[in-house]
Amino acid sequence: MPDEKHEIKSETGGTFDRRQFFVKLGLGSLSIAAAGTAVFAYQFLSPNVLYEPSPIVNAGKPESYPIDSVTLDVNTGIYLIHAKEGFFALGAVCTHLGCLTTWKPELGIIACPCHGSKFAVLQGNLKPGDKIEGPAPKPLPWYRTWLSDDGDLMVDRGTTIRPMEFLRV
Amino acid sequence: MAKTVDQYFDDLRDTRVWRSIFRSGAGSSTLKRSLAIQQNVFLHLFATKVRRRMLSFSATWYLGTLTLGTFLMLVVTGILLMLYYHPSVPQAYADTKDLQFVVSSGLFLRNLHRWSAHAMVFLVFAHMFKVFYRGAYRPPREFNWVIGIVLLLVTLLLSYTGYLLPWDQLAYWAITVGSNIASAVPVFGDKIHFMLLGGNLVNANALLRFYVLHCMILPLAAMFFVAIHFWRIRKDGGLYAHSSEPAVLRKNAAEVETPKEAR
Repeated sequence: MPDEKHEIKSETGGTFDRRQFFVKLGLGSLSIAAAGTAVFAYQFLSPNVLYEPSPIVNAGKPESYPIDSVTLDVNTGIYLIHAKEGFFALGAVCTHLGCLTTWKPELGIIACPCHGSKFAVLQGNLKPGDKIEGPAPKPLPWYRTWLSDDGDLMVDRGTTIRPMEFLRV
Repeated sequence: MAKTVDQYFDDLRDTRVWRSIFRSGAGSSTLKRSLAIQQNVFLHLFATKVRRRMLSFSATWYLGTLTLGTFLMLVVTGILLMLYYHPSVPQAYADTKDLQFVVSSGLFLRNLHRWSAHAMVFLVFAHMFKVFYRGAYRPPREFNWVIGIVLLLVTLLLSYTGYLLPWDQLAYWAITVGSNIASAVPVFGDKIHFMLLGGNLVNANALLRFYVLHCMILPLAAMFFVAIHFWRIRKDGGLYAHSSEPAVLRKNAAEVETPKEAR
């Protein structure tokens, strides 16, 4: 029977021969393999262990920060501010494109050298960290602060808190 | 009678060793000259015949060829710079300084690499403007324009990844700002930023990733697309000439059929 075909009528009415079955099987397994490769590539390219500095910073004794002072630590990228209400920590990395901002004591503001964003510190009606002007889309974040057992000021750069939560010492 | 220099070259081209390497052999007939192009692995990308007018400076200003020239200079100087540069945080900046002040000809090679990079970006844009204003991007060459856009992006990425490697303040902040632009992509922005830098900060992983991109992945991508770009010139009917535009051809044909005196 040379013209015998292995045709099976499917329930939806279409025909389905052996070649089509193998083509679909091959394409299907290739797509599964391609999807697996994409997942593998993504996982491989995302490092699981990072040798980056710890997000928790020991900022030293509270007594070393006089009242109404703004102290920038360039290495950790945080401001430690001792206001009348208590201590708080602001992120010093600009929310626009990641430049390091700086404290301008003569103007009483925080300013970014890259694209001119300005942030409030103790500007009356503005909360500390709020944007005054510039391209920055978000205010500077408030980081969680607490006192360690040894009485040191600790800051967690990985945890942001709501503004106006001061640490009283 | 003494032989001329050309005749000595012809004798060389007829030796068995030469013929085993270059099959076409001596002679300057049209056939031999076509074979010299067709049978060469590099030259066979190009057309065997080119309009003489298209080889003149005014036709293209040689902008594409000059871009290839700067690319080849960047490959050669880049490979030489790799012999003294370690892509590691403690050493990268010191190696850059060593290249400038300690390594013999290091200053020359680094400056050549830097100026060629600037020249290449300039020439790519000049090439694109020339192609655009001559209308050479139109069918049947539209796909080659698209490959040209890919090559523009590869050129800019090569420039951007090379920017980080000196590991100075300019490099660090340029890559901080540039990679933060990638975070602006909707939904996946932060993931792209993380994968590009291999971390949350511009750090050792970012330096190594940019080095691999700059020295391996992007140059290979550039060579791949440049090969297609050149091959497509031949496949799309050679370099663009205004005189072979269908509209111009129809106009010329009409003028031949109805000369002014006959009207």
